[in-house]
Amino acid sequence: MNHPTKAAEFLSDGANAKWHDETLWFVRDKRDSSSKTVPEWEELRDLASRIKDNVLDYLDTYLLEFEKNAKANNFHVHWAKNADEHNQIVLGILKKHQCKAIVKSKSILTEECHLNPFLEKHGIEVVDTDLGERIVQFLNQPPSHIVMPAIHLKKMAISDIFHEKLQTEKGNDDPYYLTQAARNHLREKFLAAKVAITGVNFGVAETGEFVVCTNEGNADMGVHLADVHIASMGIEKIIPKRGHLGVFLRLLARSATGQSITNYNSHFRSPSAGKEMHLILVDNGRTEQLAREKFRNSLKCIRCGACMNTCPIYRRSGGFSYGSTVPGPIGSILSPGLDLQKHSSLPFASTLCGSCSDVCPVKINIHEQLYEWRQEITKAQAANAKSISMKIANGIFAVPFAYKISAGMMRGALKFLPDSITYSGLNTWGKQRDLPELPKETFKQWYKKNRS
Amino acid sequence: MVQKKQIMSSRDYILSKIRNTPRNKRPLPEIPDFKVDGELMDRFKRSLLMNKGGIVDAKQLEEFIDSHQFKKVLSLSEEFRSFANMDIPSDAHQLADLDMAIISGQFGVAENAAIWLEERDMGLRALPFITEHLVIVLEKDQLVSNMHEAYERIGKGASGFGLFIAGPSKTADIEQSLVIGAHGAKSMRVILM
Repeated sequence: MNHPTKAAEFLSDGANAKWHDETLWFVRDKRDSSSKTVPEWEELRDLASRIKDNVLDYLDTYLLEFEKNAKANNFHVHWAKNADEHNQIVLGILKKHQCKAIVKSKSILTEECHLNPFLEKHGIEVVDTDLGERIVQFLNQPPSHIVMPAIHLKKMAISDIFHEKLQTEKGNDDPYYLTQAARNHLREKFLAAKVAITGVNFGVAETGEFVVCTNEGNADMGVHLADVHIASMGIEKIIPKRGHLGVFLRLLARSATGQSITNYNSHFRSPSAGKEMHLILVDNGRTEQLAREKFRNSLKCIRCGACMNTCPIYRRSGGFSYGSTVPGPIGSILSPGLDLQKHSSLPFASTLCGSCSDVCPVKINIHEQLYEWRQEITKAQAANAKSISMKIANGIFAVPFAYKISAGMMRGALKFLPDSITYSGLNTWGKQRDLPELPKETFKQWYKKNRS
Repeated sequence: MVQKKQIMSSRDYILSKIRNTPRNKRPLPEIPDFKVDGELMDRFKRSLLMNKGGIVDAKQLEEFIDSHQFKKVLSLSEEFRSFANMDIPSDAHQLADLDMAIISGQFGVAENAAIWLEERDMGLRALPFITEHLVIVLEKDQLVSNMHEAYERIGKGASGFGLFIAGPSKTADIEQSLVIGAHGAKSMRVILM
């Protein structure tokens, strides 16, 4: 199913769509206020972008340096070409430890690899411990936002599922009450787990350490109580020096939620005595994206979600309309690289307003890449109804004579065009839009009268 | 001579794919010396309150402990050893019903109230997370302005686990309503000495 169809489903509940739009804008607004308290904000974005430029230029060198140091720190380092290999490595570690249940903190990469269904198929219970992720897991849904996984749900829906799964009072939708119920439920899981899985926000080549950021403390509750910690890390998450964390930690939380920093920023350097740490370095399409020069910058992403919160399309279509692990503007430039056929409608899910690029903390030219993907997709794809009407428009604007004539014709048409044609299924543009009020004369006629 | 074809490891496959991609050679930028204006202490306190942390003095802490009649209080801070009634156990699971942990922080960051802790400050890595209430003792002159200065100060330190902690455990995953006390400590109080 493509983005417009699923967006239409989302919009069919007008009140919910409006709430979603306003809630995300509220988060975007907090990001603005927070970033304005840092006078060097723009300089920090520029620095972060340039550090990532350097990382992508020397990615092989940094990965080797990281591996060497991580091994010296007593980490087991694994490499995975793709999702399947990643999942097999995780399963292998679990089998070795005869582990049948794990706790997992938020990791977009494990979502990307579809680790949960894979492990469940092999008889392993996976408990997502981020509150939002636990909620969507109870509902058998994927996260709809990378920072706020349950942002599409109203609290009564959460109350209902908690009543069913955690035996909370029916109809009690108080967020504090529901959070405490989840706290007690997950406490038991944390205390019982032998293996904990986390993602990685930053891997530092210079020291071989990695950093995980949360507000709930769920990643730490998991790994410090378990015997084995498995960390899954995309190869692009590397940064050269520890000092660079200063730049990225100043940007990440402010961009994501407007906080000055996440409350827990854990630096894992070596395992505690008697415990085991595994680090899985995952490619899964990243080297291919690196080879696509026009789209290489998308690998700078630090997964803050700011582009989603600001995007007029994301806010009004919801995370599920994208049908990809990472939704929103950044997802729309990452996902076509993974499966062009499946995600071909995503680069069109944008007004190209450029707000995503304006808020991106690492200055990815997101809207320009969306435009580039459109060129690639149009080349690759047979013409559909929208592209035909776009081609007609292209033909008209390319030939001045044709424009002159058709402008007059359009004025005639606008006057008499019945809604049944304008809003027919053939004209995608007509959806959710009204025709403009008709000026009395064409611009050429006006110019002739007033300026010549 | 025909060479025996070997199956490439995933590691070598990934590295070779990167090496086969033509890339630029852009240098790392220098990070300038950013400073925060104003008084560090004032800035630190404001940041902490924004993160839903609190500032208390020794007397207020004593009153807090008394009023709740906490059963299990642990202190790794020498100054507050008298408040404690237990020692750090050998296994973190024994901390499951810990009411309060009092620990010493190394230094604080004015711009965001993050406090740096290393393994030796925690005893057990789980301690600052699993405790119901957390108290961090910080010396007043141990403040830096921002995260750049913070990492300069950490330098090459090689603790197995390091933590910037900036407040209590919190979540806004239910309709963006802020709730304090998700999985970790339900409160974080800082005592400035």
